[in-house]
Amino acid sequence: MTAELGAFALALALALSLAQAALGLFGGRRPMLAGAGEGAAIGAFLGVAAAFAALVTAFVTSDFSVANVAANSHTAKPMLYKLAGTWGSHEGSMLLWCLILTGYGAAVAGFGKGLPAGLKSRALGVQGLLGVLFLAYTVFASNPLARVATPPIEGRSLNPLLQDPALAFHPPFLYLGYVGFSVVFSFAVAALIEGRVDAAWARWVRPWTLAAWSFLTIGIALGSFWAYYELGWGGWWFWDPVENASFMPWLVGAALLHSAIVTEKRGALSGWTLFLALAAFTFSMLGAFLVRSGVLTSVHAFAVDPTRGVLLLSILGVSSGAAFALFAWRSPALAPGGVFAPASRESLIVINNILLTASTGAVMFGTLYPLIYEAFAGAPITVGPPYFNLVFGVLMGLAMLILPFGPLTAWKRGNLVDSAAQLRIAGVVAVLVGFLIFGLMSPRKALASGGVALGAWVIAGAVVEIIQRTRAFKAPWPEVRRRLTGLPRGSWGMTLAHAGLGVFILGACFETAWKVEAAEALSVGGQLRLGGFELTLKEVGTVDGPNYIAERGQLTVTRAGRSVCAPAPERRFYPAGKQSTSEVALCNLGFSQVYTVLGERRAGVNGEPAWLVRSYYNPWVQLIYLGPLLMALGGLLSLSDRRLRFAVGRKP
Amino acid sequence: MKARLLIIVAALMLMAGAASDPSERLPDPAQEARARTLFTQIRCLVCQNESIDDSDAELAGDLRKVVREQIVAGRSDAEVKAFLTDRYGEFVLLKPRFNPANAVLWLGPFLAVIAGLALLLARLRRREPAQALTRDEETRLAALLDDEST
Repeated sequence: MTAELGAFALALALALSLAQAALGLFGGRRPMLAGAGEGAAIGAFLGVAAAFAALVTAFVTSDFSVANVAANSHTAKPMLYKLAGTWGSHEGSMLLWCLILTGYGAAVAGFGKGLPAGLKSRALGVQGLLGVLFLAYTVFASNPLARVATPPIEGRSLNPLLQDPALAFHPPFLYLGYVGFSVVFSFAVAALIEGRVDAAWARWVRPWTLAAWSFLTIGIALGSFWAYYELGWGGWWFWDPVENASFMPWLVGAALLHSAIVTEKRGALSGWTLFLALAAFTFSMLGAFLVRSGVLTSVHAFAVDPTRGVLLLSILGVSSGAAFALFAWRSPALAPGGVFAPASRESLIVINNILLTASTGAVMFGTLYPLIYEAFAGAPITVGPPYFNLVFGVLMGLAMLILPFGPLTAWKRGNLVDSAAQLRIAGVVAVLVGFLIFGLMSPRKALASGGVALGAWVIAGAVVEIIQRTRAFKAPWPEVRRRLTGLPRGSWGMTLAHAGLGVFILGACFETAWKVEAAEALSVGGQLRLGGFELTLKEVGTVDGPNYIAERGQLTVTRAGRSVCAPAPERRFYPAGKQSTSEVALCNLGFSQVYTVLGERRAGVNGEPAWLVRSYYNPWVQLIYLGPLLMALGGLLSLSDRRLRFAVGRKP
Repeated sequence: MKARLLIIVAALMLMAGAASDPSERLPDPAQEARARTLFTQIRCLVCQNESIDDSDAELAGDLRKVVREQIVAGRSDAEVKAFLTDRYGEFVLLKPRFNPANAVLWLGPFLAVIAGLALLLARLRRREPAQALTRDEETRLAALLDDEST
């Protein structure tokens, strides 16, 4: 019965979205109709929420008469994975997508009190249209609540690789990010319908962009961490099409964040900001299509189905096609923005946008190139990590070089020589760090040392920026303190996000360049050298898990005779799906980690059993996650800036 | 069907970092290091987008063996890659070659940056500060300012 109620609520939400679209787009400034549209938006969200609750209930109670539960759950599965299994499959994750899409719509209806009536109702109308497309797709083409005629006694369980705490957090954050750009998209289309894009519009769009981008940052970082410790997913980043699919909206979102500031503060670049606002959600939809259609091969792809792919591509084509057609039609009439000199913060942000957009283009082109090439040349081709590392690395390296200049250069007409003079100390720090790393680390790696210097440059630049703004070391302390406390949260957010990027670069360079690997078949008591560490296999036992049986190796790690940690990697076998997985053991040593894997059992030297033990020392690997965390925190801190909050409630 | 696909995928993915297996290793560390670098540039043909350095698929193991044998036989990296592309086509290389067919892939992003910078310059030039006022306008402006100050 619950599933039927849920399915009914979902259909109701579809109808309400349709009403929301019609009322919002045609209601315009008539308060009665617009108010009804807002009600419909909230109603649609409640409808999807009810459907979602029904699916969660079906998973929690292991109701195998629901096809999706039968295919993806099992009575013996731990509760966390029953819950998280709700969005572990294609159908369930589409429902999560719809939940968040309508949730954002309801948030605009509920929180956007100060928005001009016309803009608000039209944005809600567009959001409603998106809701109609995705809800119709979910209801008619991938119904998560469909029943089976003869319910099985036991479910087929979830792919064991997905049975991980990260499944509870990674997809929701990722979708909060992806789908968050739908609001920005709707605002952009609404502005195009109204034919007006000004500083006020940019100020309304910025909080939504910040929120979506910050959530997406967290979602990607979590996914990257998960792929790092899940064996066979290629490590923290290997430019898999699915990873790229999530990265493209992130890059466009980052560009949008910056260009929206120019539009808000200086009234310039409004056409470009609109374009990015449309592009961000377009890339989100492209990602949904790539992940679910099977046009590209990936280790992270959902169980794929070409028919679904065609439908998702149609949704993408209809919504983005219409939006960009509208853009082409209306944008030439937009009022030109403010004037700025070649040496100005505007110019630097434009260069940032050029590099970010070109990087997005490179990621997209590299991801889709095999399809294009095969269509024209008739032969398959691979575009793998070496291509992306090179092209993306060069473009982003350039962006990192100019980054610290941005916040130190004045709007409209700045002086790059002055900015450079202020940054001199940061430059000295960066060069010193680079040479130090080059001299100290073995093996010697010039490129990686340069990368570390670049990370140090970005971090030092962020510190210099705070020093300059507070006149630290120049003005007396009371004045510095007054300035420190007086800095708006938005500017702390920016500094934190920029520093976070630098932190990430440090981690990425160290991990990639100076990772140490060792592997040996060990019998109990056997030893393995890993750089300066000594690993000993103490014992191997069996463990009974809730829905698996495992072989667990107990190891000790010592450095110069001193015990460092005791990793216990496992090899698990899940009888429900007859699948095996490997549970990696991670030891934290400061920012670095020792990563240990228990491999297959094989015959040892004297006929006694041995296990293939692989271990990695990953220097500073935790910075790879700490960096994005700082970036997301920076974004959320900016979001809490009173300038954004209060400005939202004021008419232009 | 879906479940079976997942099982196959799971089986393929099970043992990543496969190339470090001690039973496969070459005795000479320098040669082994060269082999490992090459592995990261060669695609496992039957896998989901993995290099032969990562994959535990049987074919990846065979390719690793081929590459190691070639290195022991004294072939250069380029020769090893040529050997593989002769048999499996360009598909086997994770890093597409720079040739006329792939020029757009390699140069496209950089051309995009150049085009963007050109657009920026054009815009900056178009928005040069307005021309100095003509004598006529100067007098009109002075008159207006006079009006305001009185």
